[in-house]
Amino acid sequence: MDGSDRAARNRRLREGARAGLPFAIAGSLVAVSFGVVAESAGFSAGAAIAMSAIVFAGSAQFTAVAILLQGGTVAAAVLAAALVNSRFLPMGVALGPSLPGGPLRRAIQGQTVVDASWAIAGRGDGTFDRWLLFGSSAVQYVGWVGGTIVGAVAGNVLGDPNAIGLDAVYPAFFLALLIEELDDRRSRLVAVMGGLIALVLIPIAPAGVPVLAASLAALVGLHSSARDAAARSRSASARAAEASAEAR
Amino acid sequence: MSTTVAVIAGCAVVTYVIKGIGPLALGGRELPLWFTSVVILLAPALFAALVVTQALGDGERIAVGANTVGVAAGGFVAWRFRSVIGCVVVAAVVTALLRAI
Repeated sequence: MDGSDRAARNRRLREGARAGLPFAIAGSLVAVSFGVVAESAGFSAGAAIAMSAIVFAGSAQFTAVAILLQGGTVAAAVLAAALVNSRFLPMGVALGPSLPGGPLRRAIQGQTVVDASWAIAGRGDGTFDRWLLFGSSAVQYVGWVGGTIVGAVAGNVLGDPNAIGLDAVYPAFFLALLIEELDDRRSRLVAVMGGLIALVLIPIAPAGVPVLAASLAALVGLHSSARDAAARSRSASARAAEASAEAR
Repeated sequence: MSTTVAVIAGCAVVTYVIKGIGPLALGGRELPLWFTSVVILLAPALFAALVVTQALGDGERIAVGANTVGVAAGGFVAWRFRSVIGCVVVAAVVTALLRAI
């Protein structure tokens, strides 16, 4: 890699960090409440912090701890965490083709995905800028672990996280991400469909399944890709007809 | 092994596998048009579902509470002012105020 490549890469890393900063700050508030909740589930401060540092997946961490609080087993907690994390499957499938290197190297790079950084790194054409991804995930990692430390160490001072509205922070975080995505009619339609699928499944499916099932709403894209392909072949045949008319 | 250590280790393993499996299977290849069209729409579908399950779901029940109103207020801020931090702070403050009443 020559100097100009490295400079461009560093610029995109910084760009990613800047774009990720508001999400890192918002995420750190969520992490504070995670630290408090984990302690109430019997985690030591060190264990809560270690979980954030090692797992780095907020909704899965909250879910696992909630299951333990309800008296669930380790297996139930891990399974629920896996289901909640299952949205990273389609995200990883989407990201894969944009990552260089062999399978193992791509899988390691894929570990940096969190919701906001995946959205930030998306170029809007189905491809992803991995340096934006790494930069925005790095600042969010710092915010996530830092917030957990505050919650785990100072949880007694803060009291009940719900009393200060911290349980509204996480859904608000996702709503801010969602609003950034609603730039055309099709994405608004898919958002409504995804929301409805999740809503219908909440009472009947285990945690995590409603969100994974909602990803099916994105299949609306198949319809538009067929339409785009048809439009493309129409314009290609029109061009061919024009060309043959000119030749005559 | 204590419960805490087992949960942390289990969650770490499933998270690494789930995040790694897509990139592991799909390398730097040309994307078919249908794939791209679906991928672009994954974000609104997933984020909408996360908002709904967290703002309207209480375990396996659908419930409208102070947090639902708070999240809606935060959403207004995100939509009007494009501020993530404003969105989450307003959501927390409105929720806390409603609960304090």
